[in-house]
Amino acid sequence: MTLVVQSVAKQFGRFPALNGVSFESPEGAFVALLGPSGSGKTTLLRILGGLEFADVGQVTFNGVDWLSIPARERRAGFVFQQYALFRHMTVAKNIAFGLEVRARSQRPTRAEIARRVEELLHLVQLEGLGKRYPSQLSGGQRQRVALARALAIEPRMLLLDEPFGALDAKVRKELRVWLRTLHDKTGITTVFVTHDQEEALQLADFVAVMNAGKIEQIGAPADIREAPATAFVAEFLEDVTNARALAPPRIQPRVVQLH
Amino acid sequence: MSAAANPIARKIATPTDDHPAVRIALILTSVGFIAIFLLLPLITVFAQALAHGFAEAWQAFREPDALSAIRLTLIVAGIAVPLNVAFGIAAAWAISKFDFAGKSFLTSLIDIPFSVSPVISGLIYVLVFGLQGWFGSELRDMNIKIIFALPGIVLATTFVTFPFVARELIPLMTDQGRDEEEAAVSLGASGWLTFRRVTLPNIKWGLLYAVLLCNARAMGEFGAVSVVSGHIRGLTNTMPLHVEVLYNDYQYVGAFAIASLLAMLALVTLVLKSFLEWRYADEIAAVHRH
Repeated sequence: MTLVVQSVAKQFGRFPALNGVSFESPEGAFVALLGPSGSGKTTLLRILGGLEFADVGQVTFNGVDWLSIPARERRAGFVFQQYALFRHMTVAKNIAFGLEVRARSQRPTRAEIARRVEELLHLVQLEGLGKRYPSQLSGGQRQRVALARALAIEPRMLLLDEPFGALDAKVRKELRVWLRTLHDKTGITTVFVTHDQEEALQLADFVAVMNAGKIEQIGAPADIREAPATAFVAEFLEDVTNARALAPPRIQPRVVQLH
Repeated sequence: MSAAANPIARKIATPTDDHPAVRIALILTSVGFIAIFLLLPLITVFAQALAHGFAEAWQAFREPDALSAIRLTLIVAGIAVPLNVAFGIAAAWAISKFDFAGKSFLTSLIDIPFSVSPVISGLIYVLVFGLQGWFGSELRDMNIKIIFALPGIVLATTFVTFPFVARELIPLMTDQGRDEEEAAVSLGASGWLTFRRVTLPNIKWGLLYAVLLCNARAMGEFGAVSVVSGHIRGLTNTMPLHVEVLYNDYQYVGAFAIASLLAMLALVTLVLKSFLEWRYADEIAAVHRH
């Protein structure tokens, strides 16, 4: 078990966003934080990324006290819901950013950075678009630039906040498959936030179902689907199950029989 | 259906278009207003300055008092504008990127210099730092002169021009949010690098625009500076004050010559701003839309 989250809690003013969340995940796993809005999943992700601070609780990653490392030294590749690309920089500059801001002693040479950028553009299938600006790209392309930018720093952990939230259904499905393939290729421990049950169940090794600042259940998608631990989980997943069950009759033509 | 086939469609191309008569009336009103209230005074300034020929107008700039006024104006703007850039960025940063108690109070405080009469702004400094003021005797003992000296003029100018940078940047930075800064930090950038490579490039056009306006106002400020300067010729007179002095001395050509220099500053500001907007239209659009 390499990512260990222990009773992490966080309050915003008087509103408790996280009420003591604990879970463990093996290295290289693909974990989905699934829940309705306001369930605390994004807060947990931001705490893992160092963009928010936990009031209490502990996180260790590979035996290191993860929360004591400042965000900029954590090397956690964070992908934002709205991509948060640097709009005044080209795609290539965006991807290179994490390498270029390193201290001189650790910074790769200019040629090395250019080579890495090309490599990443190839990985996210955006060859030849390095000179474009983010505003000249489609949503799906921007998302892949954001991923390439996060991957450029050779992250120890990849954190994705509703990565497909702003995309249309078709692009969403394509990127979903692509992301899973990418994860299997790189093997980076990945935590991603979603409110889409189908996405979580299809994509992740482990799904943590969250509600009102707590984890209701965590487990493999099959286990969660077959044995929901609480009424909330059963209800939250019901929509997908129902949709599946109802799907075949819906598309069948109605036959009117005359007697 | 083509426009030609439909007489109503031909006259009013889109639903938001007004009747031609309304359109013409509106255009004439605004052009007339601009001509009478903006263009005419501007032309008068230059016409008066050159009433007795170019040579005489030029003579006004060779007076030691005039040169001293120009120098003082440049020094004051040279201090006040950078100060306001620093304060303005700090205030806009605090207001747009952090949540804290009293945020809306701070936002309205920033507007005070715009709502208070400049004369009052000047008087405040006299009351605080003047000889009879709160700190008057202490300052005199320490041999620090603020009122009727350069520091007072700089203080008054800085106060009056403070809102320009902050007010331009607050909506811009609020609109841009903090996502990009967070992304930069998570990619390993330090606070300073994040500011220099992410925040500053995103606000540079707004900032430049604010600096132009702030500078124009700093050089042209009359009321507040008039109260704290003491009108010592050749010493504490700025350009606008020098214009007043000359005018009161019936030296109309001189007064309007210096005034036309100030007017030229405004024109240059305008041209520069338009040029920047035209030259970098694409880039500005890219920063605003995402």
